[in-house]
Amino acid sequence: MSSGSLKSHKFRTDRENDWKQLETLLARLESRSIGALSDGEMIALPALYRATLSSLNVARATSLDQDVIIYLESLTTRAYFAIYGNQTRMGTRISRFFRIGWPKAVQDITRETIASTLVFFLGALLAFVMVRTNMDWYFSFIPESLMGGRTPASTVTELRDTLYHDGDESGLTMFASFLFSHNSRVAIFAFALGFAFAIPSVALMLYNGCTIGAFVALFVDKGLGFEVGGWLIIHGATELFAIILAGAAGIKIGWAVAFPGERSRIDAASHAGTQAAAVLGGVIVMLFLAGLLEGFGRQLVTNDYARYAIGLTTLGLWLIYFYLPRDNDEWHEYGSGEFS
Amino acid sequence: MKAYNPDKNVRTLVTPEGIDLRLRIADGGSRVGAFTIDLTIMIATLIAITYVMGFATISMDDGGSEVAQAIWLLFAFFLRNFYFMVFEMGPKAATPGKRLMKIRVANRRGGHLTANAIFARNALRELEFFLPLSFVLSVMFLPNQGVDGWLTLLGLIWSFIFLLFPLFNKDRLRAGDLIAGTWVVKSPKLRLSKDLSGAPKPTDGHVRYVFTPSQIDAYGVKELHVLENVLRKNDPTTITEVTSRIMQKIKWPKSDKDPDKTKSTDAASLEFLNAYYAALRGSLETKLLFGVRRKDKFDKR
Repeated sequence: MSSGSLKSHKFRTDRENDWKQLETLLARLESRSIGALSDGEMIALPALYRATLSSLNVARATSLDQDVIIYLESLTTRAYFAIYGNQTRMGTRISRFFRIGWPKAVQDITRETIASTLVFFLGALLAFVMVRTNMDWYFSFIPESLMGGRTPASTVTELRDTLYHDGDESGLTMFASFLFSHNSRVAIFAFALGFAFAIPSVALMLYNGCTIGAFVALFVDKGLGFEVGGWLIIHGATELFAIILAGAAGIKIGWAVAFPGERSRIDAASHAGTQAAAVLGGVIVMLFLAGLLEGFGRQLVTNDYARYAIGLTTLGLWLIYFYLPRDNDEWHEYGSGEFS
Repeated sequence: MKAYNPDKNVRTLVTPEGIDLRLRIADGGSRVGAFTIDLTIMIATLIAITYVMGFATISMDDGGSEVAQAIWLLFAFFLRNFYFMVFEMGPKAATPGKRLMKIRVANRRGGHLTANAIFARNALRELEFFLPLSFVLSVMFLPNQGVDGWLTLLGLIWSFIFLLFPLFNKDRLRAGDLIAGTWVVKSPKLRLSKDLSGAPKPTDGHVRYVFTPSQIDAYGVKELHVLENVLRKNDPTTITEVTSRIMQKIKWPKSDKDPDKTKSTDAASLEFLNAYYAALRGSLETKLLFGVRRKDKFDKR
């Protein structure tokens, strides 16, 4: 048999141009998103992809040139990811996330959110009652770094002062961004620790609740209950809501790991994980806003009624944004094909 | 890497068109390499921004330096948490480190790699790597901050469990991959090299090497692929060695060993091997068309 006359060689030379063409299109597509291709090329792409896929199929069955087969495998894989992967522009992605993805994900974990809220307030109530009964408990709930001169030994005037001038005014921006990165880490942990059957997430919620409860108890003890409420709610409506949602996301994953139902355990975990991640993504945004409210809003607005008004309004807005039923096609279609 | 050998790193991914793409799982080494590169880039960026902010602070009043500090803190946070996410959401689904190691993130079930999945796999990174790291660093640099030795030890054990996690499952999944339903696969960009069966024919028109069917039947697909690799590497000593081995095996007449005295033995060996490769491939491919895949030389079909 003379060389160069093999069927597989002819097969290759006949189709090589298509492969090369697909390769150049892919290189352009990968370097920049879909904008890089003209309309004609966009139409050619799937055709070339299918032609190459069919080449791969034939080559596997008839050719023994492993170089060609490996090349085609890598080429079709690249094309597959380019065609079935993500082509949505970042802008569209972000807008869809805020319009639909996030509120829908939050609605999906309503059950977990209720549980997380209950645990949080259970912790708060527990700590409140304990500290009211015996002030010494205060020291077990509040870490020293958070006390900042707020101890049962402080006078009413001192405590009142901390409500209206915490830190010095010039440190506001620094304080706000510190709070943001600190709280975000707490939220990320509440989410990430969830896979351990949700126990760490629940514990974290309980602990956070305790801190707030003990804190409020101290001020109530000194007759500053109403004032501390305003101090907390102006940013807490956003921040605590965010932390509770992060806890709920963790519980969602933990529950899926513990009770996977019909899926395999790993499958259930990844399904719940991607859903919960959408919640967490939004939580980071909420915490950013809360950091601003806490760093600036709380320092600049010192009127109790104004604080309550701002806090309750933001709470109301969040609730409407998350739980207002939506009834349009885009809402129902979103994510339906995602886990098929 | 052999295309048809049952490779333990090959995974099935069937496209909607019904063809298995045979994805290859990225090995531990390239994962570690990619992460090291990314970490280096992040640290370098952080150092650079620290310098910039440092200079900015010197020339500014208190309020300005305040803002600079806040920006630094925010920047550090975003860098740590969003570096991976932003790159993995891009069209290549890989960070610079992953690109260099020629690997990418993909959905385990095939189809879209969603932003949620990328978010989940990277949120877990905080737990797997940055939390234990912050423990260790705080003990090293702030020994009097109340983080005691036991807690550090616990942190180290914790981080080792997560670091070694990918080594204890066959898909090399990180805890983050597990939760997000992703995996990391190889995505090499290969060039198509020339077909060896199309090597130049003898110029004088007559076919120099003619093999009898029994000579061709000495080997199977496995040996063909080894021969292909030898020819592509084109290392003179190996070529000569392989040539003499094959000649021995197929009982190639001694007198014909070097038919063209003007050529060096190396070139002659190469020509012989090319011819034998083409003949063997032709014969095996013909069998393949009839549904017989002769696995190796021990396969008597």
